[in-house]
Amino acid sequence: MKPLLSVRGLEASYGDLKVLRGLDFTIAEGGVTALLGANGAGKTTTLRALCGMIPRSGEVEFDGRPISRARTEDIVRLGIAHVPEGRGTFFNLTVEENLELGAMSRPARREVADDVARIYGYFPRLKERRRQQAGTLSGGEQQMLAIGRALMLRPRLMLLDEPSFGLAPLVVEEVFRILAHVRETMKVSMLLVEQNANFALSLADHAYLLETGEIAVAGSAEEIRNDESIRNAYLGY
Amino acid sequence: MEILIQQIVSGVATGAIYACMALAIVMIYQAIHHLNFAQGEMAMFSTFVAWQLLAWGVPYWLAFVLTVALSFAGGIVIERLVFRRLENAPVLSHVVVFIALFAIFNSLAGFIWNFEIKPFPSPFGSGALFGGLMSPHQAGMIVVTLLVLALLYVFFRFTRIGLAMRAAAANPESARLVGIRVGWMTALGWGMASAIGAVAGMMIAPVVFLEPNMMVSILLYGFAGAVLGGLTSPVGAVIGGLAVGIIENLAGTYIPVVGPELKLPVALFVIVAVLVVRPSGLLGRKIVQRV
Ligand SMILES: Nc1ncnc2c1ncn2[C@@H]1O[C@H](COP(=O)(O)OP(=O)(O)OP(=O)(O)O)[C@@H](O)[C@H]1O
Ligand SMILES: [Mg+2]
Repeated sequence: MKPLLSVRGLEASYGDLKVLRGLDFTIAEGGVTALLGANGAGKTTTLRALCGMIPRSGEVEFDGRPISRARTEDIVRLGIAHVPEGRGTFFNLTVEENLELGAMSRPARREVADDVARIYGYFPRLKERRRQQAGTLSGGEQQMLAIGRALMLRPRLMLLDEPSFGLAPLVVEEVFRILAHVRETMKVSMLLVEQNANFALSLADHAYLLETGEIAVAGSAEEIRNDESIRNAYLGY
Repeated sequence: MEILIQQIVSGVATGAIYACMALAIVMIYQAIHHLNFAQGEMAMFSTFVAWQLLAWGVPYWLAFVLTVALSFAGGIVIERLVFRRLENAPVLSHVVVFIALFAIFNSLAGFIWNFEIKPFPSPFGSGALFGGLMSPHQAGMIVVTLLVLALLYVFFRFTRIGLAMRAAAANPESARLVGIRVGWMTALGWGMASAIGAVAGMMIAPVVFLEPNMMVSILLYGFAGAVLGGLTSPVGAVIGGLAVGIIENLAGTYIPVVGPELKLPVALFVIVAVLVVRPSGLLGRKIVQRV
């Protein structure tokens, strides 16, 4: 089957510092792909390069369409939703306005209300705080809001940058349950960046390990989970 | 007591002028986070366009609508042609371009329409209201200012594009990530500011008469009103503008050494004092934020 996203020779730099040194990888339609690696390996940079937030070179195709030169807005409008590191909250807007913004590039208004209701179903905490300024939410609540905002796009591909960051262990389980549910019901593919390799590998079908801007290991999630030497060398458990 | 009320009422009337300008200033500030020094000249130029249309025999309200529409388009063109390219340029580049625009509009108006003072008609007729305290034009101007404010409120509060503009101004990077075309939102902000400036110009011109330098001091008061109101809030801009008008008038009357010549510095002094106590202005948004 043709992959939903295929990346060839992706490179990106900050000034003189080359952070991505030619990545090749693919994401299957409907699949969850984990991108793991130590701090500073270039995971966040990879996601930012994919959706055009930083200058990059190489070939990126989404659903057969080249997007390596497209602008962020246009990439998002193709159905790629990014839950960014730092969560990207609109602090001075209300929780509900933050969610509505997620659907900004979709035309139909009525469905937006239904989708907001669905997000509130996933995250009742957000419903309680719907009229509150989003900047007053706790870190974990903002993380839920960021995931909710991304889902409002009805994306085909989600780029998730450490969705478990700052969440209590029970909430992490909850979030991963919701992501699994979303994947089943909405047929959303995901590229999942995580520090929490256990959770990531339990959700993912496929995984890549990133080491200083290069892909060091690629394989099925199960292989990587069960390979003790990889775990010791790259994942530290 | 009666004098006090009189002074306040006539302060409100002049303040409405500043409030109108302050609204336009706040619009652009929201979009690009700079104060546009050329705003007054843009408004003056729009007013000349209206004057020209009227001179050609176009009825007042049609000329009004045409001028607002042309100014809206002009604001968008300026953003797309000039400021889009300066998006990431340092503040000083913006300042230089603002000054250039100021000079261009000023001399262009003088070149096309010369520097002679021209009367500009009021759509509200003449006479006296409230026992001679206010002219119908001043009353009309206050109503128009409040109308513009109400329209802005509805636009930003209840429309999707208004929400998109607020999001783009507050957090451009996140706005792009939800598919908002941030550049166009900025252009729209310029268009709206330019249109509001045109309204302000057409309201102000019957009071101060039309000539290329008509806006220079008014823009200063408009800045003062906008800053006093907090720069981020249209309501604050209107309240700030009105307050500047009132302060200016009261100072001229009640502080003996302050004649007409010292009204401006006194008004500015009061504003500096307010800002020292409340740096975010009267209605500036305090963002509550937890990390
Ligand atoms: N804006 C920037 N300017 C300069 N260098 C940067 C910038 N952002 C990231 N870097 C550098 O690029 C490298 C990769 O950073 P990146 O944020 O992609 O890492 P990461 O894998 O997401 O790490 P973490 O797990 O800590 O989030 C790091 O060495 C970092 O110092
Ligand atoms: Mg990161």
